[in-house]
Amino acid sequence: MSIELRNVTKTFGEITAVNQVSFSVREGELMALLSPSGGGKTTVLRMIAGLEMPTGGDIFIRGRRVNEVSVQRRNIGFVFQNYALFKNMNVSHNIAFGLKIKKWKRADIRGRIAELVGLFGLEGLERRYPHQLSGGQRQRVAIARALASKPSVLLLDEPFGAVDAKIREELREWLVRLHHDLNVTTIFVTHDQEEALEVANRIVILSRGALEQVGTPREVYDQPANEFVARFIGAMNILELEVRDGAAWAGELEFPAHGLAQGQKLRIGFRPYAVHISSDPTHYRYQAVLRHTFFLGVLLRVELELPSGLTIRARMTKEEYAQQGLADGKEVSFQIRHYRLLGKETAPLPPERELTYQAPPVLGENI
Amino acid sequence: MKSSHKWVEQASLRGTEESALAKGLLVAIALGFCLVFLLVPLANVFAQALAKGWRYYWDALAHPDSWAAIRLTLLVAGISVPLNVLFGLAAAWAIAKFDFPGKSLLITLIDLPFSVSPVVAGLMFVVLFGRQGFLGPWLEEHELKVIFAVPGIVLATVFITFPFVARELLPVMQATGSEQEQAALTLGANGWQTFWHVTLPSVKWGLLYGIILCNARAMGEFGAVWVVSGHITGQTDTMPLRVEELYNEYNGAGAFAVASLLALLALLTLALKTLLEWRQARQYARAEKKVDGFES
Repeated sequence: MSIELRNVTKTFGEITAVNQVSFSVREGELMALLSPSGGGKTTVLRMIAGLEMPTGGDIFIRGRRVNEVSVQRRNIGFVFQNYALFKNMNVSHNIAFGLKIKKWKRADIRGRIAELVGLFGLEGLERRYPHQLSGGQRQRVAIARALASKPSVLLLDEPFGAVDAKIREELREWLVRLHHDLNVTTIFVTHDQEEALEVANRIVILSRGALEQVGTPREVYDQPANEFVARFIGAMNILELEVRDGAAWAGELEFPAHGLAQGQKLRIGFRPYAVHISSDPTHYRYQAVLRHTFFLGVLLRVELELPSGLTIRARMTKEEYAQQGLADGKEVSFQIRHYRLLGKETAPLPPERELTYQAPPVLGENI
Repeated sequence: MKSSHKWVEQASLRGTEESALAKGLLVAIALGFCLVFLLVPLANVFAQALAKGWRYYWDALAHPDSWAAIRLTLLVAGISVPLNVLFGLAAAWAIAKFDFPGKSLLITLIDLPFSVSPVVAGLMFVVLFGRQGFLGPWLEEHELKVIFAVPGIVLATVFITFPFVARELLPVMQATGSEQEQAALTLGANGWQTFWHVTLPSVKWGLLYGIILCNARAMGEFGAVWVVSGHITGQTDTMPLRVEELYNEYNGAGAFAVASLLALLALLTLALKTLLEWRQARQYARAEKKVDGFES
């Protein structure tokens, strides 16, 4: 284990920012700390770095308890959200700072700078000052500076927060490649679930300071531990059902009653991709009108309006959409392939259930 | 279609014409004001000082009493400026980087010397350290002389110049935040290294302005020093007091000669500041140029 947190808690006065959080990061892993704003992720990162002291619990780096170890002696590299480059130093001096402090030999420092400048594509920028660099260049300098003295852990606070959307995409890919090449244990903080899913080997999900789930992107997406995770990672349709006559209903949508008595209520959720749509209004059991189509690139999101007034979201590829000849305002039929029972926000979720419907018999066809 | 295009062009042209007029007027007012109220009096000081020739100018400065005043002024500034730099750094650092009880009180206290008349400030020290003062008997017992002596002048000057460095540094430090310092810590630097290599360079312009203002005031302070010094010629006269004395003795050229030294100090610090700024700009430009060569 490269890093381990055991029941780590941090309070600021009355506010509990981090509450009894435990997880571990393996050597060489690229880990995302994901939570909505104010979820405590940055505080966790700063505690690992030694910039904040935990109020309770223990933090281990490579098996050594570091609670009392100062930030200078933890051998970590930290990249701040706004990079915090030294404004009065040029690129070379920024990268060299930690090495000079650690009393490296001058020749070694020169060699290391050359190595990092090459690795990070900063050739020709060595003498520039931070205000003369672009956002992406600044970030690369900040990471080069953090990695200069070969730390055992690289910590990044919202590494893609301060650059615009297009550069963000490039930087994500670049970070994955960099991590692949250097294989240094890396933890980054983000509030963007897509970013976490795309970049990380594993994801730690926090909400309001408490741990919700730790898992690979696939695990947290396919097997969310609770409703919070299910709703936070990817989109989800949520329906309120009421049991009537041995089945659970939301408008015209029928689900199994799960042994509940008449009049009881339950909630279910299903992913947009679990909704299958046909342009033939009789192909599936339920009818709806396609209200809006949202273009997302390869995927499209569509909004269906049911006769009862319910709105559900579905997702499909561009090709499917074209094949079916769909368009806004068209009458369609649909069915829901699988769904989940939802309980309290943080209670564990049962596995997904399959729904199989027989297409209703088409009356009068042979008459 | 074409006419509407023309209309837009005209509108924008008229807009710039108006602002050009306003700009010219504002520049003229600002420059005229500087000329009448700053440059002409300053030039007059030098003209008056040299009215009786270089020889007389030199003799006026070399007069033992004037020379003593110059040395005393340098001594007072040499003590009070470093003290205020230390205090200003500590206070600005504490206010900008930490939250503590009494923070707003400290900010108010820093401004206190600005809101008190210098004469009152001087009087405060007389009341405190004078022979009839609160600590007077104790000081007399130990044969310590504060009022009508150099220590009193230093105290009064430190009090008066107290806000300058802190006031200049505070906004700079607040704007910089503490992320750069935290970055230095994560890179292994201790507190002192962080201060020396990161904090100090990032506030150097604020600090320089603070020192320039502080020094100008330390050398130029009249009211507070006048009260505590007892102006004993050749002993407790600083340059401003010496100027007054010479002037009262109807020695106009002598008074202006000493005054011109004070004015010269202002011009020197201004030149120094310009030089430093120019060097910084050149350094940036050079870094930029080098890159362009590589990129193309």
